Amino acid sequence: MDLLKYTLKRFAYMAVTLWLIITVTFFLMHMLPGSPLRNEEKLPPQLKEQILREYGLKDPLHVQYFRYLGGLLKGDLGTSLTFDGRKVTDMVLEGFPASAQLGLQAILFGSIIGIILGVIAGLKRGSWIDNMATVIAILGVSVPGFVVAAVLSYVVGLKLGWFPVALWGTWEHTVLPTLALSGLVIAQISRYIRTEMVEVMEQDYIKTAKAKGLASNAIIFKHALRNALIPAVTILGPMTVNIMTGSMTVELIFAIPGMGKLFVETITNNDYTMILGVTIFYSAFLLLAIFIVDILYGLIDPRIRITQGGKE
Amino acid sequence: MSTVLEVRNLQVSFKTHGGEVQAVRGVSFDLKEGETIAIVGESGCGKSVTSQTIMRLLPSPPSVIKGGEILFDGKDLTKVSEKEMEKIRGTQIAMIFQDPMTSLNPTMTVGSQIMEGIIKHQKMNKADAKKKAIEMLRLVGIPSPEKRFNQYPHQFSGGMRQRAMIAIALACAPKVLIADEPTTALDVTIQAQIIDLMKDLQKKIKTSIILITHDLGVVADIAERVVVMYAGKVVESGKLEEIFYNPKHPYTWGLLASMPRLDQTSDQELLPIPGTPPDLFKPPKGCPFAARCKHAMKICLEEMPDTTEVSSTHQVACWLTHPMAPKVEPPAAAVGGE
Ligand SMILES: Nc1ncnc2c1ncn2[C@@H]1O[C@H](COP(=O)(O)OP(=O)(O)OP(=O)(O)O)[C@@H](O)[C@H]1O
Ligand code: SF4
Ligand SMILES: [Mg+2]
Repeated sequence: MDLLKYTLKRFAYMAVTLWLIITVTFFLMHMLPGSPLRNEEKLPPQLKEQILREYGLKDPLHVQYFRYLGGLLKGDLGTSLTFDGRKVTDMVLEGFPASAQLGLQAILFGSIIGIILGVIAGLKRGSWIDNMATVIAILGVSVPGFVVAAVLSYVVGLKLGWFPVALWGTWEHTVLPTLALSGLVIAQISRYIRTEMVEVMEQDYIKTAKAKGLASNAIIFKHALRNALIPAVTILGPMTVNIMTGSMTVELIFAIPGMGKLFVETITNNDYTMILGVTIFYSAFLLLAIFIVDILYGLIDPRIRITQGGKE
Repeated sequence: MSTVLEVRNLQVSFKTHGGEVQAVRGVSFDLKEGETIAIVGESGCGKSVTSQTIMRLLPSPPSVIKGGEILFDGKDLTKVSEKEMEKIRGTQIAMIFQDPMTSLNPTMTVGSQIMEGIIKHQKMNKADAKKKAIEMLRLVGIPSPEKRFNQYPHQFSGGMRQRAMIAIALACAPKVLIADEPTTALDVTIQAQIIDLMKDLQKKIKTSIILITHDLGVVADIAERVVVMYAGKVVESGKLEEIFYNPKHPYTWGLLASMPRLDQTSDQELLPIPGTPPDLFKPPKGCPFAARCKHAMKICLEEMPDTTEVSSTHQVACWLTHPMAPKVEPPAAAVGGE
């Protein structure tokens, strides 16, 4: 019950935030100087008029705004001005699956490895695993994803030939880019978990659990890990942002037809409806990620969902 | 009355970067069936280390049992394996801690935290364990236990949490309950309730209690015997009346004068013992209290006094009991009289 209330509340926050972002972006884009049309100096005035009317850009701003909102509700992100009137939604949906799959795989794989590494490092401080985890964490944070990507594609892909070096299609194609992207996740998660694990194991409730006669596995998995996970979950949201932006370069290196390609095209073309549409899609996606993280957070930590899910 | 637990010459140290902290340096006492003993002494004298060593809760490293025995149920607990110890913890010997705010896991319902031990030790299925846990909540005086069962620790008040801790500790009807300052963190009114609850449950469950406390009022209320510790050693032990009305050790005198007690009139001043306990990295070779003792003699600095019997139930380790020592009377503030 608490969880349902909490979820609804979080959902409402997400919806309002998204609406604010849409509105602000929409009006900002319209306040920018210049015409949305490219090469407009070269266009004959009648043609220009015709195009502007065709895209509804001659209507009063509030009419355009509500029309745009109506379109969004139906999943229409607008029409591109550069790609022969293609729908922004279609273009986004073309690139999104590959990027999403890559990001999700990287986060899942990175989290699992990061948790395992962090738990062992925290429990066995000063052991070789702990030292290894420290090295991985430093490398993972300081070496950019595209360097890892380049090294992986050269060593594992070219020299060893274990996995394809580029392109998209089969499961094997995802291995190297996933590894390249998960470096940062492993680094961040393992650090968080290690620090927390050390702290949690010294808490009184761990002593209580031990005094109950529980075996150390039960203590670690039932009592310690769950508490140690709480702060790590909070960084999952910002990390999703990192992964998605990091994936742009990685996608380019591995020639993956994802959002990265779309972004580059959008920005170089200065395509006004594309920028608007992609921004909104991206924001919606990130808000969704944060929403999911919030729910996870509430699931793990009852104090959150009960105190924030309405009255006690 | 038979003896349930016997601690003999227990020595526990911590290996730290700065050297070896000799936290417990030869502690002996016993606990009889159904009895309550109190361990008293200043902060840092080794009460918690002693009690946690009985349950083998201290991680090693840094803690090391340097010597001695803990005899329980025909076994020496300083020697049993971790697996065997798991079967003793919670079922035979249980423990509650000082701070009920931090002793419960914030991410698990109170009910499931009570059930855990029951499921593990009594091999019950979930439904039966739940029944038993609710029964325990009721037993420790928590209203509407069915509802409370599903709540989390942060929805409980401090007193309620300590009740829940007692429910966890007593769920498997242990032979020995160790309570390490169970009321220190609570309001005064709640303190009395928790002590009453412990007394009440002790009769029902027939458990023996080791109570660690700073509060001599609580000691007078619940304990039958008292063990006085100083700097990792037992300096005096005896029946409640013996310690309260016929204390023999100057440290006990100081303690009695420095702590509030039931028979004390409110205008009587509390006199803290001047000075600080010795450094446990390098404990003195003589009596550890010598540096703070008004009656210290030459021998006190050189040799640790043996434990002598005042009566068959009352022991003290002080050179003043030596036949050749001068006669010293305890100060009035210590023995309560004028
Ligand atoms: N993990 C540890 N490492 C080093 N020294 C320790 C450790 N735990 C306890 N000690 C030392 O052991 C001694 C006894 O500590 P203990 O906790 O048993 O005192 P206590 O009598 O319970 O005091 P309090 O009344 O404050 O709870 C102290 O001097 C303390 O500094
Ligand atoms: S042995 Fe000596 S120093 Fe120690 S308490 Fe007795 S009189 Fe004081
Ligand atoms: Mg203590």
